[in-house]
Amino acid sequence: MKRLIIATLVLFGLSYGTIQAGSVYLEIPMATGEPHPEGNVFWRTNHMDLLRHDRDLTMRQGERDIDASLASCVTCHAVNGPDAKPVTVKSEDHFCRVCHDYTAIKIDCFQCHNSVPADFGETSLMFNRPDNTLDILLAYLEELSL
Amino acid sequence: MNITGLKPAGGCGGGCSSKKIGNESGAEMHRRDLMKSGAALATVTLAPGVTLMAMGSGVAAAPANPDTRWGLLIDAGKCPSDCSACVTACSDEHGWENNGLDTDPQWIRKVTVRNKTTGWENTMPVMCQHCEDPPCVDVCPTGASFKRADGIVLVDRHTCIGCRYCMMACPFKARSLVHEPVTDQKVATPRGSGTVEGCNMCVHKLDRGDGTTACVEACNATGNNAMIFGDMNDPESDISKALASYPSIELRADLGLNLGVRYQNI
Repeated sequence: MKRLIIATLVLFGLSYGTIQAGSVYLEIPMATGEPHPEGNVFWRTNHMDLLRHDRDLTMRQGERDIDASLASCVTCHAVNGPDAKPVTVKSEDHFCRVCHDYTAIKIDCFQCHNSVPADFGETSLMFNRPDNTLDILLAYLEELSL
Repeated sequence: MNITGLKPAGGCGGGCSSKKIGNESGAEMHRRDLMKSGAALATVTLAPGVTLMAMGSGVAAAPANPDTRWGLLIDAGKCPSDCSACVTACSDEHGWENNGLDTDPQWIRKVTVRNKTTGWENTMPVMCQHCEDPPCVDVCPTGASFKRADGIVLVDRHTCIGCRYCMMACPFKARSLVHEPVTDQKVATPRGSGTVEGCNMCVHKLDRGDGTTACVEACNATGNNAMIFGDMNDPESDISKALASYPSIELRADLGLNLGVRYQNI
């Protein structure tokens, strides 16, 4: 019986979603990179605690080899605007704002932190690869096959 | 050859690599375990990436080490009055700028000292002196002002309420409040309106193993070599040897704060 109810609800939801074409349901932007192994629900529920925990580790103890860093979040979850550049938190399309606007929860992170990926440094290898990346990768593969 | 297809699972550059874990217990998992397994896998996952990143420095990245006391030795005799390379470098590294106002950031500034009787003048950079017993930490009502295990005095802006007690307490005017909203901050140096800031001895560089600061790099690049950075607890470090070999002073030594920044030839 429970299954039937769920199936009905899902069907109703799907058809409703199709009719409304995203006007009711949040369209959460896709991230680049691998999905969270813990699952999206885990992160949706716990991201604030994970971030707070790791921010104290980084700030107070200098521990930077951590899972949850805001720089990593905005790197993988960057949303590109019409100019093909990541939008800042001023835009409604910013990943964090999509849900936070919906739930009316104000976030203060970006008063101090940058809301777009870095164009330099260790967090930005995917955006700022050395020119000879291909050579380095090929050399690495060569070593593996030896 | 399909390079992307050959990339080991889990790599998305440096950004989200360490989220890889093998534990299936979902929300039951412990945070510490998650961190450990994440870190271990990251090294495997990122093998090509690690090669790229390791090119910067031979020193391993590590958290704050209580056996270390980071310090700076500044030779004012080698600091020309017309040079402000250290100030520019700090500004570039941390993304602040001076506007000629009283409310300007005080991360680092050039100070001119003058002997009133002889007229002899000299300049030197002054920044947070990273006291062993910092007055700013004593007065902070929220615990935002704190000293790291390796002797670096920092402001935790997450808990800073902008009361500016620390600015009053600091004998060196080394702290300043951010008065205006800031945008487009450097990723390694978050800073924002309503919080106090000051020299952080480039903690992000130290934590990733650079072993130097932006101002010292810039000073060496000019050829003046007026600044030496290093571990004052390590007798073999350049700074310890220089401190042992030549006379040096602390600013306001009368306060007995045991400063992390020392001067010569003032």
